[in-house]
Amino acid sequence: MSLRRYVLKRLLITIPLLLGVTLATFAMVHFIPGDPIDFITLFTELDPETKQQIRARYGLDDPIYVQYLDWLANAARGDFGTSITTRQPVTQEIAERLPFTLLMGSMAFVIAIVTAIPAGIAAAYHRNTKVDQVSRVAALLGIAIPNFWLGLILILVFASWLEVFPVLPPTGEGLLSSEMIVYTLLPALAIGTGSTALLMRLMRSSMVEELDKDYVTMARAKGLPERTVVGKHVLRNSLISVVTVAAIQVAFIISGSVVVEIVFSYPGLGRLLVNRVRNHDFPVIQALVLIIGVAVIFANLLADVLYAYLDPRIRY
Amino acid sequence: MATERHDAGPERGRIRVEGYDAAATDDREFDTAWEPTLQSAEGKGRLYYAWRRFKRNRLALAGAATIGFMTLCAIFAQPIRVPEQVPVLAGQLVQPVALAPADPANQEVLLGHQPPTTEHLFDWPPSMLHLFGTDWAGRDILSRMMYGARWSLSIGFIAVVVALFIGVPLGAIAGYYGGYVDEVIMRVVDLLYAFPFIVLAIAVIAILGRGYWELVFALIVVGWLAYARILRGEILSVKENEYVTAAKALGATDRSVIVRHILPNAMAPVIVQATLSVGTVVLAAAALGFIGLGLSPASAEWGVMLRVEQDSMARGRWWAGFFPGLAIFVFVLAINLVGDGVRDAFDPQGEGGGRFR
Repeated sequence: MSLRRYVLKRLLITIPLLLGVTLATFAMVHFIPGDPIDFITLFTELDPETKQQIRARYGLDDPIYVQYLDWLANAARGDFGTSITTRQPVTQEIAERLPFTLLMGSMAFVIAIVTAIPAGIAAAYHRNTKVDQVSRVAALLGIAIPNFWLGLILILVFASWLEVFPVLPPTGEGLLSSEMIVYTLLPALAIGTGSTALLMRLMRSSMVEELDKDYVTMARAKGLPERTVVGKHVLRNSLISVVTVAAIQVAFIISGSVVVEIVFSYPGLGRLLVNRVRNHDFPVIQALVLIIGVAVIFANLLADVLYAYLDPRIRY
Repeated sequence: MATERHDAGPERGRIRVEGYDAAATDDREFDTAWEPTLQSAEGKGRLYYAWRRFKRNRLALAGAATIGFMTLCAIFAQPIRVPEQVPVLAGQLVQPVALAPADPANQEVLLGHQPPTTEHLFDWPPSMLHLFGTDWAGRDILSRMMYGARWSLSIGFIAVVVALFIGVPLGAIAGYYGGYVDEVIMRVVDLLYAFPFIVLAIAVIAILGRGYWELVFALIVVGWLAYARILRGEILSVKENEYVTAAKALGATDRSVIVRHILPNAMAPVIVQATLSVGTVVLAAAALGFIGLGLSPASAEWGVMLRVEQDSMARGRWWAGFFPGLAIFVFVLAINLVGDGVRDAFDPQGEGGGRFR
């Protein structure tokens, strides 16, 4: 199977999943006990006639499948309705905060990759020595540490005791201003630690496995310098599984950002989601849940495709 | 007839069988010699050897001891009374011990052990009187942590057990029958897997509202997926074994094939996952408590304790947030050690790969 056919096949499998996610997100609102009107009107007492008008305006009188198709068509055009709390278009609210979350998420991702891969290589190369032991303990601690507690400790140490980082995010600065990037460093570190620990151990075990293979002995026997053996032959083969797991870390990082954004009062999507859940602002919640679901599905798709590209045996 | 021949010695051309006492064979009662038992000897053996390996793993034992210690702290922190809803025994004292040094709700500093000063109104740094200090309202943090363990730990264990009771049957049915049922169950699992753990739990809480059982329910909805998926995969390979075909050929019902022959051979990875999930679930419950979507602010659940002390950390009152978070950290660490130990006990050759999603 060529790569193109594999990707096409994988895309076809994804379509029903995407539809399922939209259906689940749409159905969410209909699971809430009580009248949806109450959430729109914030439980104010209204005469039946006004209620009827509101119902008609929000299309709540239509049959359920018409409501779903309307919602889906609007969502596809990027229109998620208006927020109940702020009366602003949902899309606009999300668009304002999305870049911040993307910045933090990608920084967390970069931190994880840049530290995990060299550390994993070192642990595998010096396996069963002090280096490996240290990395094992660090990984155990890194996986178990709650990211929000780590965030609080980072604030305590760097913002409160050492006073090298600001406690609150800079206001009125642009996204890519140096202040914002510096401020994003701590939350990105708090989110990235778990992924770092996981990827480091994965890199180590995958590399240990490769180092035991015959071609390594062969390459060494040929008299290749150690740098070439490890850097060129072993590394490439052991990176395959790490790359795919790294792509799946997107879900992990999204989970982390929801919680860590609260710690750092970070103006991103996670804090928006949590605030709006408290206010029962369902248009925003639906839009965010849908966006996150779709993002994770595409991250998983990317992981599969990357795997197939790097390891052609998978395609068959 | 046979006895007669034996006594007389072999005739010509017959093979003499030595060391064979025909009389003993004749005396044997045929129908009582072997009886199938519910738990096969093989199954007992596996658990026995796993336990023996687990016992030798010092890190895992340390983890188990830590969890045991925290559980005891939770139980004996404060006396337990039978809840009012129970008819006859309502209000009876079940557990009279009170280990917690102070009443978790008591505002000690306010009530006068130490006079408040201007810089420390209610929150006191750790001292001999309050080992972990007091919080913003003057409550003893150590006592609150011990009491709060009841929430965190009970949520963890209940959610995992119930999720197992949902995930295991569904995974077993999907894996064993395959076809249409399998498609439906696994598509639901795939669908819910598209949402990250916390986000799905938040969505459920957004629908149901906050509260103890709502939180447990949300964590169950998220939790069963992993067990169903892992068990299904495991069963797909186990059901190809000859003993399964043999059991079917002997006329065993589907139920008994699954419960007696397949499940004992397929459960190990699920047990490992379930052990590790106790940590994940406690962590998620604390995270939800921390972002204000878990238990009520009045409860002493560890995540909630961190939430109310969020500002204290930034202002340098480190003890208020440090110790509750440390409790979560230590618990999750201990659970992970036990989980790794359980994995090694069931599968001594394998080395654990990625287990987080």
